[in-house]
Amino acid sequence: MMENVKIRIKDLNLYFGKQHILKNINVEIPEKKITVIMGPSGCGKTTLMKSLNRLTDLNPDARLSGSIFIDGEDILHTSEDITKIRKMMGLLAQRPYPLPMNIYNNIAYGLRISGRKNKRFLDRRIEHYLRQVNLWDEVKDRLRDPAGALSIGQQQRLCLARGLAVDPEIILADEPTSALDPISSQTIEEKFLELKSNYTIVLVTHILRQAKRIADHVVFMYLGEVVEQGTAREIFENPREDKTKSYLKGLFY
Amino acid sequence: MDRLKKIEEGFFRVLMFCSTVLIAITLFLIIFSILYKGLPSISWEMISQVPKGGFYFGKEGGILNAIVGSLYLSFGSTFLAAIFGLPLALFMNVHLIRHKKLVNGIRYVLDLLWGVPSIVYGAFGFAIMVYLGIRASLLAGIITVTLFIIPIMVRSIDEVLKPVPRGLLEASLSLGSTRSETSYRVFFKQTLPGIITAVMLSFGRAIGDAASILFTAGYTDYIPTSLHQQTATLPLSIFFQLSSPIPEVQQRAYASALVLIFIILVISILSRLLTRKYQRNQINF
Repeated sequence: MMENVKIRIKDLNLYFGKQHILKNINVEIPEKKITVIMGPSGCGKTTLMKSLNRLTDLNPDARLSGSIFIDGEDILHTSEDITKIRKMMGLLAQRPYPLPMNIYNNIAYGLRISGRKNKRFLDRRIEHYLRQVNLWDEVKDRLRDPAGALSIGQQQRLCLARGLAVDPEIILADEPTSALDPISSQTIEEKFLELKSNYTIVLVTHILRQAKRIADHVVFMYLGEVVEQGTAREIFENPREDKTKSYLKGLFY
Repeated sequence: MDRLKKIEEGFFRVLMFCSTVLIAITLFLIIFSILYKGLPSISWEMISQVPKGGFYFGKEGGILNAIVGSLYLSFGSTFLAAIFGLPLALFMNVHLIRHKKLVNGIRYVLDLLWGVPSIVYGAFGFAIMVYLGIRASLLAGIITVTLFIIPIMVRSIDEVLKPVPRGLLEASLSLGSTRSETSYRVFFKQTLPGIITAVMLSFGRAIGDAASILFTAGYTDYIPTSLHQQTATLPLSIFFQLSSPIPEVQQRAYASALVLIFIILVISILSRLLTRKYQRNQINF
């Protein structure tokens, strides 16, 4: 039924201490599509997304079981270096977290730590990625200004550019527009639609309309469980589960 | 009810005002009395010469030995403490983020060490010196003072690192950096202004402490030329001169205190300037 599967989550369970946060998750995320994980707040969608690049490792009492296959490799039980796995996935958080350095270095950082330090190469790449997120014209004269001086919308685009610069295959976005003004949000959404021809995008959102605008594939979660998943058309036009139906009607958030 | 609230508000306002004034007056009095007593004895000779024959009887000479000794000692120990302290603080906040209990344990131990009086550090340093057969020296003093200020430095840097949001760590890790790269390239940069303040705080403690160096650094009228020689220090110089029955020497004690305060003032102004410079790139979360 599905084209290439990029990420396959199998029997994933996650506990924070005694709390059972993710319950028996089985999800398939198609390659080079936008997969939206939606659901009311506290349903575990952010946690699910963070387990994909194992940021849940940072949590003091998180326990994971099950498997997450990315391109067939189980990243929960791999001998592969975790930094390599994380590099494969760009992260866009709920609010932008620019690095405490200037605009140029924010993008150069990821390239430099992976060993590419040639000045001319960096200059070219940085211009390329800033253009890709429509930021170049706004910042080309002040690349040496601190990133913190940009507006929140610009910062979020900078974070997207920074993530793209390290050549990921997957983009993980956790409500990336929730802190942004409508115009910046729109820019990000448009970018996603462009980017999906090259990247697998996983978007966590609680904005139903956003999901409808850009989703190809939808995973609906409720209280730590996946209630329903399928193509955007299936879910939005013809949901099978009652919970999905009432969520889509706006009966709960 | 409304009246009661008003009285309460007024009471705390007066209380706050009084304590502020009290603190300000105390500070002013300290500075004033030291200026008043010390300023007349300050001379170029005082800060440019080592003690001559009859210095401790009010004759000529100066406290250059103590000034230089104190600078050696405090810079040396602050440097040493930073070399050990900064990595520890970063380690606690980046690498050990999963191990909350362990980190809190370390914090508790450091807080205990912070509370240990400096004379105990002096006694500890002295015991070790006796055990190893080392005499009082600049090196022994530096090591003792380093032990004394490490808890102060680590905990102050730790407090600066704590509020760095998890999101910044996640952002940096997602770009494929290791935790150490995140520590030194991201967390360090983000908190550098605060780290400078923390280091400055430790420096102030290092240069101002008398008890920890009483047995370990010794005292001499000469400027030390190697780490194995004894060294004079400003706090001890103040102590010795103040305990003299001769009024001129007592006055010089205040002049020495003035020099000490001046050094701390200069260092803190410099650190402010540095802080401002590095604040530029800091992100306000």
